[in-house]
Parts: sequence; C-alpha cells; structure tokens
Amino acid sequence: MTPPTNRLAERLLFCATAVSAVTVLAIFGFLLWFSLPVFHGEALASLLSWQWRPLRGEFGILPMLAGSLCLSVSAMLLAYPLALGICCFVHGAGPVRAARPLVIAVRFMTSVPTVVYGLVSVFLLVPLIRNAFSGSGFSWLAAGLVLAVLIIPTIVLVIDGQFRQVQSGLGLTGVALGLAPIQQLLRLTVPLSARGLGVAAALGFGRAIGDTLIPLMLAGNAARPPHSLLDPMRTLTSHIALVVATDSQSLVYGSLFACGVVLFLISLLVNLALRGLRAGHD
Amino acid sequence: MTNGASFTEKAVCILSWGAALTVPAVLCTLMGFLLWRGVPGWSLALIFGDTAPLNALLRGAPVFDGLWPACLGTLALVALAAGIAVPIGIASGVYLAEYARGRSRQVFSFCVDLLAGIPSILMGLFGFALILLLRRTVAPAANTGLLLSALCLALLVLPYLISTTRLSIEGLPQELRLAGACLGLSHGQVVGRILLPAGMHGIFSGVILAVGRAAEDTAVILLTGVVANAGTPSSLTGKYEALPFHIYYLAAEHQSPAQLTQAFAAALVLLCLTGLLFAAARLLHARLEKKWKTGTTI
Repeated sequence: MTPPTNRLAERLLFCATAVSAVTVLAIFGFLLWFSLPVFHGEALASLLSWQWRPLRGEFGILPMLAGSLCLSVSAMLLAYPLALGICCFVHGAGPVRAARPLVIAVRFMTSVPTVVYGLVSVFLLVPLIRNAFSGSGFSWLAAGLVLAVLIIPTIVLVIDGQFRQVQSGLGLTGVALGLAPIQQLLRLTVPLSARGLGVAAALGFGRAIGDTLIPLMLAGNAARPPHSLLDPMRTLTSHIALVVATDSQSLVYGSLFACGVVLFLISLLVNLALRGLRAGHD
Repeated sequence: MTNGASFTEKAVCILSWGAALTVPAVLCTLMGFLLWRGVPGWSLALIFGDTAPLNALLRGAPVFDGLWPACLGTLALVALAAGIAVPIGIASGVYLAEYARGRSRQVFSFCVDLLAGIPSILMGLFGFALILLLRRTVAPAANTGLLLSALCLALLVLPYLISTTRLSIEGLPQELRLAGACLGLSHGQVVGRILLPAGMHGIFSGVILAVGRAAEDTAVILLTGVVANAGTPSSLTGKYEALPFHIYYLAAEHQSPAQLTQAFAAALVLLCLTGLLFAAARLLHARLEKKWKTGTTI
C-alpha cells in the first residue's frame, strides 16, 4: 500500500522530469516551425548555396556549415592528442608527483569563462598572428587554437575518469606481471579504455561545434568558406549571434532557424553516437 | 622486448611530456597576460565609477562608468535562473534515481543527455523564438528581457543539476536503503529522510556548478535581452547588463585604453567568481565521496 501523499510526490517528481523532455521537443519544434518558410522551392535552393548576401535575397548557409565543421575538426585534431598525452602523463608516463598538480590545473581550466579566453586571445594571440603572417589576425588559426584550449579539459576529464576506473581493477595485475607503469598503460589501460576514448571524442566534438563566443570573437566572421588557416571564417553558432543582432527581415530569420535545425541535428547525432558507445559498454 | 614496442613507449613518453608541459604553459601565459593587463584596473572606481560607493549601495544612486550595474544584472540573472532550475533539477534527478523504471527511465535519460548537448546559442534562439511567437499571438509588445534570459539559462543548467543529483543519490551505499526498509519506512520516506540528506553535499555541489555556468554564459543572453547600457536592472521584463556580455562588448567596442583596462579587470573579477564557485563545488563533492567511501556514519 502506498500512502496518497507518496503518490502525489511521485507525480510531482514525474512532472519535473517531463520538463526536460518537453523542452527538448519544444526547442526542436520551434526551430522547425520558424524555418519552415525556407524549406521548399526556391528558398531551399537559396539556403543550400554558397552565397550569403541577404540584401540580394541570397541566404546560403553552406559557408557557415563548412566553417563550423572545419573549425571543430581542426580544434579536435589539436586538442585530442594533447588531452590523451596529458592522461598518459598522469597515468604512468610521467612522474607520480607531477600528476596531481596537472589534474588540478586542468580542473581549473574548466572554470575559466569562455569570454575570458576570448578577451585574452584577441589582445595576445591575434596580434601575434598578425605580425607573424599577413592579414588581420582574426582567422581560422586563432579560433582553432583557442577552441582547442577550451575543449582540452572536457576530453581530459572523461579519459582520466575512464583510465582511473580501468586501473583501479588492474593495478595489482600489472605489478604481478612485472610491467613498468608505462607498459601497463600501453598494454592494458589504453586497449581496455576504447569506449571511454570514443565518448571523450564525441563530447569534445559536441563542445567544439556548439561554442559561440570563440569563433565570434576570433574567427573574423567573413561569410565565406576559408581557403587557408589564415582566412577569416564564420560558424553556424556565430552566424546566429551576428544575424539576430543586425537583421530583421523574415526570410533572414527563416535561414537563421534553419542554421539552428542543422546545429540541433548535429548535437542529436553526437548524442546518438554517445548512446551507442555507452550501450555497447553495458 | 622488441624494438618496436620500446619505440612506441618512447613516442608516447615524448607526446605526454610535450602535452603536460605545453598545456600548463599556455594556461600560465593566458592567465599571466590577464593579470598583467587586469590588475592595474582593480580599484573601487572599477565597480562604482565616479559615484560614491555608499551612495550606490544604500541609496541606489546610478553608476555610469563602473561595473556595478553589470554585477547586479548578473546577480539577478543567476538568482532567477537558479530559482527556476534548482527545484526542477533536483526533483527530476530524484525521480530518475529512485522512481523511473524501464523504458521511461531510458527515454528521460536520453532527453537529459540531449538537453546537455544542445549548444547554448540554441537556448538563446529558443528564447528569441518564444518572443516572436508571443508577438504574433497574445502579446504584440513582448520583448526580450531579464526573465526570458533567466528562463533560457535555467534550461541550460538544468541537465547539470539533474545529473549531479542523480549521481549523488545513486552513488550512496545500498546499506542506507536497507536501513530505511528495516525501520519500516516507506519508499518516499527513505528518499526524503535518508537519501536526500545523505546526498546533500553532492546535490549542493551541482547547484554551485550550475550557478557558475549560468554566471559565465554569454551566448544565451546575447540573444535574449542583454544590452551594453541599461543601468541597474529595474523590472523582470526590462533590458539589463551582465558581466560576461560587458567584457565581450568592451573587447570589440572599446574606445579608450582605460575601457580596455576595465574589460581586463572585469574579466579577472569574473574569473575569480567562477573559480571560487568551482573550487567550492569540488570541495563539497570530495567531502561527499570521502564520507561514504570511508564508511563513517551520518
């Protein structure tokens, strides 16, 4: 027998939980509803073009999609090996005494606000790039480097957690086999952590593609696909921020929400990948 | 041992030493630069401008070129967002940990994960769309403002609250539940009288993390009503200033070196704030883990 107050409490808790599900559906619904005007006929052709010239009625979002993908992939290519290196250092490749301060430093990095990274880089990194190469300095390179710094802690903490879990069961086995710490790391821990490595990559990529402020402040925001690391570029996220601030035509808004739909679908894919990785684990 | 293996080991060693030296070096450079540019700007004038601090604090005198309105804006924003998100987040975490079963548990967990993965700019866009909808239907005069931003920020931090609450409760030892059952408590009583108090440290650390996240986010408020000059926030639907946006704005639009120094000093203030919050959350979390791993009782 469950007393009625308990049942009421359970219902309230259920309602609270339903909030997240309703929110997710509402976000997707809103984005889809407001982007419907651009999803047929000529508008769609214009949307899927490489030209963003709103004054001439051309609303192509492909440059921004390309920008988002280029930027997050390049940031991942830089951040992932560094993060993996840090985790290897902490779990056997480096001296034990240095491990703890390093993890603390990485934890501290998670608390640094994005806008702080942005501000410092605008006045430190961008002039460096400007002086070392030509151009304004606001470029794919600047945004990619800082974005890598931003996502390193996300990746490190996931891999570190996984390594820790694997090693807690293996420590004695490794010692008994006569393996040096680095051998244990490479022969046992890393091979057994494959799924954690995948989860870290997916989370890092999701974080990189969803970040707005770093590309907005550092990438130069030119609405065309970049041809070199020193070219300015614009991502989907910074595109949304820029256009909401400046434009007010209805077709412009339509293409904006289309960008939103694309971003939503990307984060859905990332989450499905995560789910697949975790399901395989159980 | 073969040569190949030792080569791999050497390569991994070089990579990990390289990474372990590079990343802290980069971090130190960034923080050093921030301190170098920001510390000279630290003074009472940074916060209050030309207005006398006591006047601003007690009598609400307007502050024109200080951070005071932005600080108040951020405070109001974070308090409102936490007020919305904390009850829902904790309730939802408890439900997922203790009540949800089978398929509904899987579906809801997936929704929470998905919500956590949605880029923050989309939360802002959602709030913006909400206003567009209101304008077309019931309230033609609706505009973006403080309450809307708080609502969107609440949605942004909700998944953090849910997962920390859920993990704190699920991580408690089985003995606690058994003890409750032995005492003849109902499931609801076990949850309310035993599990929630025992997991409180962890839940509280989640709340602090959520506050830190809400305080630093810029993308959401960018689309939902923050402006550069609004004075102290006066109404729930009015425009407001906020610390992270102020920094972003000054970085792009500063007109004098003094304003730039103010931006760096403000960044330092924000960093101290979020740093302290994260440290407090860490401490509480560690305490929770220690308490239940060493087996000491309440």
